[in-house]
Amino acid sequence: MEAINGIFGIASRAIEGLLAGFLPDWVVAAVMALLAITAALVFLILVVMLEVYLERRVMARMQDRWGPNRVGKWGLLQPVADVVKLLLKEDIRPRTADPVVHFLAPIIVLVPALLAYAVIPFGQGMQITDVNVGLLFIVAVGSVTTIGIVVAGWGSGNKYSVLGGMRAAAQMISFEIPLVLALVSPILIVGSLSMVDIVGAQSVVPLALLQPVAFVIYLIAGIAEVNRSPFDLPEAESELIAGFHTEYSGMKFALFFLAEYLNAFAVAAIATTVFLGGWQGPLLPPYVWFFGKAILLFIAMIWVRATLPRLRVDQLMGFCWKVLVPVALANLVVTGIGVSLYQMLVG
Amino acid sequence: MSEITLRTEQTISTFPMDTDDGTLVVNFGPQHPSTHGVFRLVMKLEGETIVDAVPVMGYLHRSVEKLSESRTYLQGVPFTDRLDYLAAMSNNLAYALAVEKLAGIEVPERAEYIRVIMVELNRIASHQMAVGSLANDVGTYYTPFIYCFRDREKILDLFEMVSGQRLTYSYIRFGGVSRDLPEEFVPACRKLLDELPRNIDEYERMLTTNEIFLARTRNVGVLPPDMAIDYSVTGPVLRASGVPYDLRRAEPYSIYDRFEFDIPVGTVGDVYDRYLVRIQEMRESAKIVRQALDQLPGGPARASLPKVMRPPKGDAYAQVENPKGVLGYYLVSDGGPNPYRAKVRAPSFINLTALRPLVIGHKVADSIVILGSFDIVLGEVDR
Repeated sequence: MEAINGIFGIASRAIEGLLAGFLPDWVVAAVMALLAITAALVFLILVVMLEVYLERRVMARMQDRWGPNRVGKWGLLQPVADVVKLLLKEDIRPRTADPVVHFLAPIIVLVPALLAYAVIPFGQGMQITDVNVGLLFIVAVGSVTTIGIVVAGWGSGNKYSVLGGMRAAAQMISFEIPLVLALVSPILIVGSLSMVDIVGAQSVVPLALLQPVAFVIYLIAGIAEVNRSPFDLPEAESELIAGFHTEYSGMKFALFFLAEYLNAFAVAAIATTVFLGGWQGPLLPPYVWFFGKAILLFIAMIWVRATLPRLRVDQLMGFCWKVLVPVALANLVVTGIGVSLYQMLVG
Repeated sequence: MSEITLRTEQTISTFPMDTDDGTLVVNFGPQHPSTHGVFRLVMKLEGETIVDAVPVMGYLHRSVEKLSESRTYLQGVPFTDRLDYLAAMSNNLAYALAVEKLAGIEVPERAEYIRVIMVELNRIASHQMAVGSLANDVGTYYTPFIYCFRDREKILDLFEMVSGQRLTYSYIRFGGVSRDLPEEFVPACRKLLDELPRNIDEYERMLTTNEIFLARTRNVGVLPPDMAIDYSVTGPVLRASGVPYDLRRAEPYSIYDRFEFDIPVGTVGDVYDRYLVRIQEMRESAKIVRQALDQLPGGPARASLPKVMRPPKGDAYAQVENPKGVLGYYLVSDGGPNPYRAKVRAPSFINLTALRPLVIGHKVADSIVILGSFDIVLGEVDR
């Protein structure tokens, strides 16, 4: 049991021991860090493929149809086929586009999406690095995505893209506020910004039970932050074709696509870590618990997408500023009073 | 730098495609996922608000009216399928009624009933498409759309059973219908009617009380009754504005005076009312089909006619309540085998003229929803 639960830790220690035999310490440290990053990257790409597959299959079941079921058993290889297709596609740049900006935008969008995973603990001791301001780091890195999307919209030289980029800027900046406010209340209870500490504090009861309001607000704001339905205005198909990435094709489009699903999984992973006790759970290995919880949250997002229509720009903003922000603030005040009372009584 | 020109209400609104006053001119269509075909809408935007809009039609013009002047009356039937291809039966009927009026043909009783059954089933299928694509325009990711399509398939199966076709039926012809109903039709149709109310409930569960759907459709694109009449708008769009004008009741054609049915009307005339009217009309149509099946008499389904029709000199106008509105067919005969002139009063085209005043002042996203609520078919708009 121990061996299964700690399989990744054991493997990493074994490799470390092996390397330490003939390499200086700093090289070993560097190699180990690189290995961890590579492992996480491979894992994330597999996760994105699984997400795409799930999104198509689960939604198909909800809509009374089959979904992809031709490539491989149950269509499992469909994401692989899609990736190959995207790799082989011609990369088109419109004449009116700004070449540098058009090239940079997908990178600016993808990098922060990957960076957020640096501090998420996938299991016990399974994170690339434990930063003592982990949550702050995630929020800070996440807001960089907005720049990438605005740049993509602006640099494409297409009016639909500009509209999509503008919407994205307004929406993501607005929804970051309730998102952060929702994350602050659990921090008040835990008393630390480190992701590892936050998970550790939930060994008895997950924070979602103590902070149900914050949990719901985080999920709503998170869905809005990653532009998923019903808040998918920046890429609203019915009016803006594909919004900010209308003019992207081939691998550049694939990068946007990758970033989108990475961000969606990041929202699920952060919600798991902060509100659902992270990797903790009985019987099954920790990484299975973490992954299971996050995927379940993602399936809930698919469900929402298959059910709800899209809000309009003004309604979206109204909802954020008139509903989410006040509720999040009120929740924060109540939590603060509660925590101080608790400390007065107990501590 | 290209310019766009349109004549509306005695004024010519012209604006360049590139502006320097802070507005953005966006060209929607003719290739666009939400224009329901090759319709083009040039919009002048201030931020996300539409300050002016110019609808451009004609990308699907196939000269159907002129073409039918060089075809015999029978060869004109397939052209009607290709007008509003979601309601080919209704178009067949309008044309058949016009030819029958022109040539003075008596239609057998059984054919009249079969026609009503087909046309009403076609109305349900067309409204399913309208509701489904409106839901898509509002932004649901295909779920109601596919529900609607799933049920529309069953109606198409029935049409395939009677005519061999799933889209362009050419089934209702002057003198009756092209062939009698097959034996298995009536039980299959009854089964469909039994399932239909539950299916419609399913769409309603997804949309009718959905908070976001309400927010997106209520008080959006309000068409007041007087304005609707001014623009000659017909069909569900007119009735949603609160004008209970339905040709089946106002000027009953065929045998519509024998059936009991209600005419659903809206109160506000917004997108939501148009949606509700369509949902209720589906239920009413099912009622009519049920009555027609119960009363279905025996006898021939087609009058015997000469191979090549040569109607006497004269003209005739016949109109029917198509799912989109009033479809009229005007035929002039000079005594020859071909119509001398054929003219179609296309409801989608005339309804579409009310689009411009409705979208101005709304947000970009609303313009798509308003267009979707008009339920246009470009095959009919451009003919």
